[in-house]
Amino acid sequence: MSQIDLFNTVSRSVRSGAQQGPSSENGHNNNAQATTTQAVPTTPTAPKTKGTTIAGTMHATDSALDSDAAFKLKGNRVTMTILELYRYDYKSFNDTLATTVNSAPDFFNQTPVILSLEKCAPDCYIDFIELGELCREYGLVPVAIRGGSEEQSVSANVAGLPKLPAASMSGKSSDIVPDASAALREVRVEVPVSANKLITTPIRSGQQVYAPGGDLVIIAPVSAGAEILADGNIHVYGPLRGRALAGVKGDTSARIFCQSLEAELISIAGNYKVNEDLQKEHWKERIQARLEGNQLVIGPL
Amino acid sequence: MAEIIVVTSGKGGVGKTTTSAAIGTGLALQGHKTVIIDFDVGLRNLDLIMGCERRVVYDFINLINGESNLNQTLIKDKRIDNLSILPASQTRDKDALTIEGVQKVLDELKKTYDFIICDSPAGIEKGAMMAMYFADRAVVVTNPEVSSVRDSDRILGILQSKTLRAENGGEPVREHLLLTRYSPERVEKGEMLSVKDVEDILSIPLLGVIPESKAVLSASNQGNPVILDEESDAGQAYKDAVRRLLGENVEHRFLTASRKGILSRMFGGR
Repeated sequence: MSQIDLFNTVSRSVRSGAQQGPSSENGHNNNAQATTTQAVPTTPTAPKTKGTTIAGTMHATDSALDSDAAFKLKGNRVTMTILELYRYDYKSFNDTLATTVNSAPDFFNQTPVILSLEKCAPDCYIDFIELGELCREYGLVPVAIRGGSEEQSVSANVAGLPKLPAASMSGKSSDIVPDASAALREVRVEVPVSANKLITTPIRSGQQVYAPGGDLVIIAPVSAGAEILADGNIHVYGPLRGRALAGVKGDTSARIFCQSLEAELISIAGNYKVNEDLQKEHWKERIQARLEGNQLVIGPL
Repeated sequence: MAEIIVVTSGKGGVGKTTTSAAIGTGLALQGHKTVIIDFDVGLRNLDLIMGCERRVVYDFINLINGESNLNQTLIKDKRIDNLSILPASQTRDKDALTIEGVQKVLDELKKTYDFIICDSPAGIEKGAMMAMYFADRAVVVTNPEVSSVRDSDRILGILQSKTLRAENGGEPVREHLLLTRYSPERVEKGEMLSVKDVEDILSIPLLGVIPESKAVLSASNQGNPVILDEESDAGQAYKDAVRRLLGENVEHRFLTASRKGILSRMFGGR
């Protein structure tokens, strides 16, 4: 029952690897440590039991393999459908549901939905058990409610539906009008934000591409006179002829990978090599570049 | 549905106007109603290469400013029925070109023409930007030397970011590589970049390779598009390129020294 709330809690810190078990005291991963710590105060609704587990796991680590824990809690974001309820009575709900589902019969197949009560009158009585059964009949599986009055939350809780925070926190959602032709009918509950950037077209001379806060992946050539930058790693699946700067905000663990080293300049966290030096070894070869101390090392991949 | 093709390069002197004239003429010869627009406002050249410089009354800028109409401004080619030329102004500069003005003229031309060839000026300034802005396809003219290839690369980047198609986020501008002034002998000696080198760097489909040829200069001086010189290798290469532009699958010629050698002996002295 508390899982959705928990899910929502952890989803704020995508990379946090909260973990139970004896090895959880090893504080290797500073990132996870930081994000987990941050995540907890922002979620006052976090359920007591597991919430404290996370709060207690200040020294989170990713080394799941060397622990004998049965599971590990991980943050993630998923896209979910929202059923926005305006009012509830058996007949009208049944009718609307039938019309909706019949217009796209294959679309709803054990589809989890979140019931949004934000547009519903606070004093509207909703029989969540009945509603749940109706939904399941049509292939929808209610997993949680969002918004709604105190009374509604209590009766939802009785029906096994936990309450999520109101929609204003999770950004915009758009109306779903399910019809058989429309491809996109889902509403993003939590917009998945990946800081990584993927480029599939050639980066030409004079162009500059920057991936702030993540990796830059390029599946095309990078021309001489082009500049590619990333806070994280840089991958070029093609010849790298321009300038590549990884870890531009100082991440010394960032690396640069490319299929053919023909670069004008390669730099990791400010430590660089220019074309003249690069030509001396591994020229036009598949390489990876990384930092050893302050030394930029280029080796075969 | 009219197609707008920009002939561009970034670098000057690589053969944009020669190519515009040849491709425009070639398309018209294939029966397509074609107009070539000279975007090189202030340095008008196209009319010279097309041999119609003495018939220029009004120009592109007059048309944009509404000082003349299409009929008055377009110059009909005397050799080919389907071909017209829209000359550039000699007395103005490129600031006279505006997006709205260019669009107005192109919209008008689209009603009657199958192909609109935009002969871009060199550089990446306003004239070049205007020439490529509305393009559906681009012929990127490149010489087999590093600076020309670098400039073409720059232009390709601009084509994919600063054109109407790029701004609308729809189908991008279709790019074609045209390698001009190619000399297989010099490639073999290692003095010149090979077709493969250039294709490798620019990674766009090859429309054609035009061999270095004396026919080009003499054709320009006579005001005859080189494509009309059916005996010259350059003329034939342009013809092949036009067919490829129209979607035909034509094998590339004039790529190796030996074949070029035979041909230059056959058509020698040109």
